Amino acid sequence: MAQTDASSATGALTSKEHVGDHMRYSAWEIFKQGLTGNKSWPRMWRDPEPKSGYDIVIVGGGGHGLSTAHHLAHRHGLTNVAVVEKGWIGGGNVGRNTTMIRSNYLLAGNQPFYELSLQLWENLEQEINYNAMVSQRGILNLAHTDAQRDAYIRRGNSMRLSGAGGEWWDRKQIAKHLPMIDLDTSRFPVIGGLWQPRAGTVRHDAVAWGYARSADSAGVDILQNTEVTGFIIEGGKCCGVMTSKGPIRAEKVAVCVAGSSSRVMNMADIRLPIESHALQAFVTEGVKPFLPCIVTYGTGHFYICQSDKGGLVFGGDIEAFSTYAQRGDLSTAEHVMEVGLAMMPALARARVLRNWGGLVDMSMDGSPIIDRTEMEGLYFNGGWCYGGFKATPASGYCYAHLLATDTSHDVASAMTLDRFATGAVIDENGRGATPNLH
Amino acid sequence: MMIDHPVLGPRDVREFTVLGDASLIDRPDPTSPDAAKLFHDYVHLRDNPAGIKRELWFHEGGDRSWLVVTRDTLSHRVLSVALARDVARRNRETQA
Repeated sequence: MAQTDASSATGALTSKEHVGDHMRYSAWEIFKQGLTGNKSWPRMWRDPEPKSGYDIVIVGGGGHGLSTAHHLAHRHGLTNVAVVEKGWIGGGNVGRNTTMIRSNYLLAGNQPFYELSLQLWENLEQEINYNAMVSQRGILNLAHTDAQRDAYIRRGNSMRLSGAGGEWWDRKQIAKHLPMIDLDTSRFPVIGGLWQPRAGTVRHDAVAWGYARSADSAGVDILQNTEVTGFIIEGGKCCGVMTSKGPIRAEKVAVCVAGSSSRVMNMADIRLPIESHALQAFVTEGVKPFLPCIVTYGTGHFYICQSDKGGLVFGGDIEAFSTYAQRGDLSTAEHVMEVGLAMMPALARARVLRNWGGLVDMSMDGSPIIDRTEMEGLYFNGGWCYGGFKATPASGYCYAHLLATDTSHDVASAMTLDRFATGAVIDENGRGATPNLH
Repeated sequence: MMIDHPVLGPRDVREFTVLGDASLIDRPDPTSPDAAKLFHDYVHLRDNPAGIKRELWFHEGGDRSWLVVTRDTLSHRVLSVALARDVARRNRETQA
């Protein structure tokens, strides 16, 4: 497995002259603004009118689209770029996930990519001059059977090969760090767990705002409330997009709308190996510090962490049926709670404050796609399943690399669109073409 | 979500599992010269519409029948339900 080249990835950015009244955030600035009534903070990004054309138009102003714009501008010097967003920045999946970051995958097509992403997270706040509250508190995957222990140890070895770290925790270590976990009396007793200390949580909407501000400061136009209604296709080549604010021409069109990928690509008559499903998330009322890290349950599908505000943030299975409604079904919500209580009985006393849903692109092997399409000028990034948030920095980094150089970045080279036809799938769970089971 | 079973009446979604798009009923012809491409499309590619969609559901916790459920993926509304064997028979008759 290839080592991730962190030094080149997280190294110095291309310096770019800032446009508009861009301000550098600092402790001194907070102090100064505090003394003057916080009246002169500038807007974080402009609200420009679309130009008639750009070098690159990114369709979708979510975390991945904005990260792509940031990396195009600051690493490749490409600033004649627009991000076209139907809604508003931070209103989609980037503001709906459970904020967890980790690099604990098994396969060579995935793990170096996610490890690059984790390294980019570790350097994110310095890179974009924005407090995203990156908190590396660790993740523990609980194991309940001998086979699961063997699989986790194998995965841990794969993580160590990629430089991600990881260790096996026995029951004593789990009981010491996480006394609230029911090790013995639940239906599936715990025999140990895979621990990655560098995993953690990030304030997700700050990621969207920080990347938007960074891209805007270099001259990228972020066009909110601008819906793409079609592609401009001339002689079999994609030459731009039709939008609710008129046509915008572009040398390259980069689709980045996970959750709605099929809807958008359908406008170019491209069928995808993707189904849209809803993933629910839940948060309880705030409680005192209770859970020091992220924990996942091995037998049922359940993951939980505690936010900095004190709420317990958790989720589980996706909806088995496909949907474009940004909400799930009560049956799944009940199932998630049942699994959570089996793992951590003390949760029964917590009151759920709210729950919500987001749309996820479930691909046919559970892994994402960052690739060209069969149509010249049209590029595709999607299929992130329920794991897109942690990938935000590397997804933008690798998509920008593809758009700027027309070659795939090494760590994303397996994430091709045609891998289902060739058989070179990246199937972490070995479940085949069953999008609702990945 | 409730599914109005054509034989058993309205049943809770918890009794069912879902396989996916109802087009999976119509398996491609393995003897056709472009069978490899047809099977790739059949296994991996999806229309994935936002709106009316026909899906195969299995009444696992009930009479173990396969159903074709027509549903609105934007609202979760179930529009109609038929036994999959009736749909498959109709498909064969229209193709014949």
